[in-house]
Amino acid sequence: MPTATKPAGHAAIPPGTGGASRRGLLLGAAGALAAPRLLGAQPAPVRLGILQPVTGALAQDGEYGRLGAELAINEINAAGGIRALGGAQIQMVFGDARSNPEGGTAEVERMQGEGVVAVVGGFASPICLAASQAASRYDLPYIVDVGVSDQIVSRGLRNTFRFGPGFGAVTRAALDNLVTLNNAAGRPARTVVVVHEDGLFGSGMARLMGNELPSRGFEILETISHPTPARDMSNIALRIRALNPDLIIPSSYYAEFVLLSRTLQQRRIRPKGIYCVLNGAASNFRFVREFPDAANLVMDVNHWADPRKPKTAELRRQVEATNRFWLYNTPLNYSAVMLVVDALERAGRADRVALIEALAATGPGFDRHIMPYGPTRFVNGQNQSAQAVNTQVQDNDIRVIFPADFADARPVFPWPT
Amino acid sequence: MRSYPPEIVAEAVLNGLLTGAVYGLVALGLTLVYGVLHIINFAHGALLTLAMYGAFVAWSVFGLDPYVAILPLVPIFFALGYGVQRFVIGPASRGDDSNILLVTLGLSIVLENGLLAIFRSDTLSVQVPYAMEVVELGPMLLGFPRVVGFGVAFLVALVLFVVLGMTDTGRAIRAVAKERTGAALVGIDVRHVYAVTFGIGTACLAVAACLLLPFFYVNPRVGNAFVLVAFTIVVLGGMGSVPGALLGGLFIGVVESLSGLYFGESLGQIGIFLIFILVLLFRPTGLFGAKA
Repeated sequence: MPTATKPAGHAAIPPGTGGASRRGLLLGAAGALAAPRLLGAQPAPVRLGILQPVTGALAQDGEYGRLGAELAINEINAAGGIRALGGAQIQMVFGDARSNPEGGTAEVERMQGEGVVAVVGGFASPICLAASQAASRYDLPYIVDVGVSDQIVSRGLRNTFRFGPGFGAVTRAALDNLVTLNNAAGRPARTVVVVHEDGLFGSGMARLMGNELPSRGFEILETISHPTPARDMSNIALRIRALNPDLIIPSSYYAEFVLLSRTLQQRRIRPKGIYCVLNGAASNFRFVREFPDAANLVMDVNHWADPRKPKTAELRRQVEATNRFWLYNTPLNYSAVMLVVDALERAGRADRVALIEALAATGPGFDRHIMPYGPTRFVNGQNQSAQAVNTQVQDNDIRVIFPADFADARPVFPWPT
Repeated sequence: MRSYPPEIVAEAVLNGLLTGAVYGLVALGLTLVYGVLHIINFAHGALLTLAMYGAFVAWSVFGLDPYVAILPLVPIFFALGYGVQRFVIGPASRGDDSNILLVTLGLSIVLENGLLAIFRSDTLSVQVPYAMEVVELGPMLLGFPRVVGFGVAFLVALVLFVVLGMTDTGRAIRAVAKERTGAALVGIDVRHVYAVTFGIGTACLAVAACLLLPFFYVNPRVGNAFVLVAFTIVVLGGMGSVPGALLGGLFIGVVESLSGLYFGESLGQIGIFLIFILVLLFRPTGLFGAKA
């Protein structure tokens, strides 16, 4: 290294590189002069980091998250870019989080190097926690797409925003809506069996149900845990048949819930309802398409796009036209990118600190999202109006049954015998 | 501990037997390879996953019912197993058993990640018209695909028993299993017998995969769910014993089912591994294993 021995701050340029950089400078200057005439003063594109796990265990979710971000970016670019920045186009800088937090942080570092103005995504809570922390070191705005852990927005990080709801808000809504649903139907359900996977997610949910359901007038007959992966659900089905509960509340990942619901169907076990919370399958069109009978009338409390917005139907048509399923990851990421665009329009410059301020100041005027939320208002990075909705599989479709303001179907509960 | 009405307990036992037969079939391949080659095949789970994807592709691309897919998949997987032993594991081992462990472990990693790259991590399942059918036995409902699995697993074990006992190939396999050097001296091609055995073991997996798919799902890690149980069955039944694998599978199936019923699916798994340890402590040759 010829420059290593020179004192710090020495201005001399090592011989071999001087010519190249001068030539580069000349070319750049020539380009700058020529560009306005050729392209009509096209402003520099804004680079936006999109972080999703597209390999590893979470690959399916990551693919659908990326799809949502792409749809939003294409839409903005086709409509003339960001107006406040002279029509600047958005350029996606994609990063694969490889389904783990380390992958997420590594990609944030790379995106930082490539000069992105913000990062959107993460999907899983552990990835969101690590990646937003890494971004905070550079004052790089980070918009969480899905990650529901309430820890994400309670660390005092100024750069981190979550447009969707957290675990506390989701479960509160789940319990409240269950009571409303049951009361409206004349209280057909009193007894409950909770089935959960024995990891952090399922056990946490089961504990919460154990604490909260009795005070709301439900009796938990039994809490049954199962490992992931589970080989067989026959015994769980047998126990459920012996217990004969009014309601089954499962918290499992995709494969295990599909196995459970198919086994229940096969053994002709029909409770008055299956009520899921943040379930891996019940709000997933793959499940509805592949096993329509097992999926029929299953309820879930989860993220879901606002069915009344025309944009939702338009996006869904676009997604389904490419032979893909309509999953919640797509509208959530679409909306998160729109949130950044809205903030850029108000900030008037592609500057990180200005963008953070603009994001924090997002108000009811932000209407380009397609989630079933009220007027946007951020407190400590959390959108206060974010909420989960109750969905139910009806007629081979996933419908919203709660809250009434956003519903496009009436609940079928108790299930007809 | 909750008490259950007798028909529920009886159904749990039957469920255990039905599932256990398929476990036994998975263990059959493992025990055969151990009995003859004296190696533990760590790629067994990954080969099962591969076979399940094979059955899935047969269904989704060629429209073959998983039970029909047994017919093409068995020769394909026999050839695959034969080739893997003859041209990969055998040469790479250089006669040292500890090398074989590493080679099969490496093979499993390559297979799993290859499948991940091709099929991604999606959980896939097949939709067959009989998936939801049940066989009614008094008050008990038994899943039709499981009943088929039980029958076919027994049939495969019977065929294998006959092949090993009555054919020249079977006699050669048993000769190599008992005394490798002696078998070589009387003119048996030991390398060929090794590869045939590995091929039979892999073909058993192809059958098991086709039996599992109608009521299970497939993803790149699915084989691991079965292979740990298969190891326990091999130890319980006696390393290298064909009837031991089948009876061990049935026994483990029932233990898993009953402990799952009484202690929950999470805790119920302990029963299986408790047996594993107890057998190793008090009867290391297993139920049917020859005295070492």
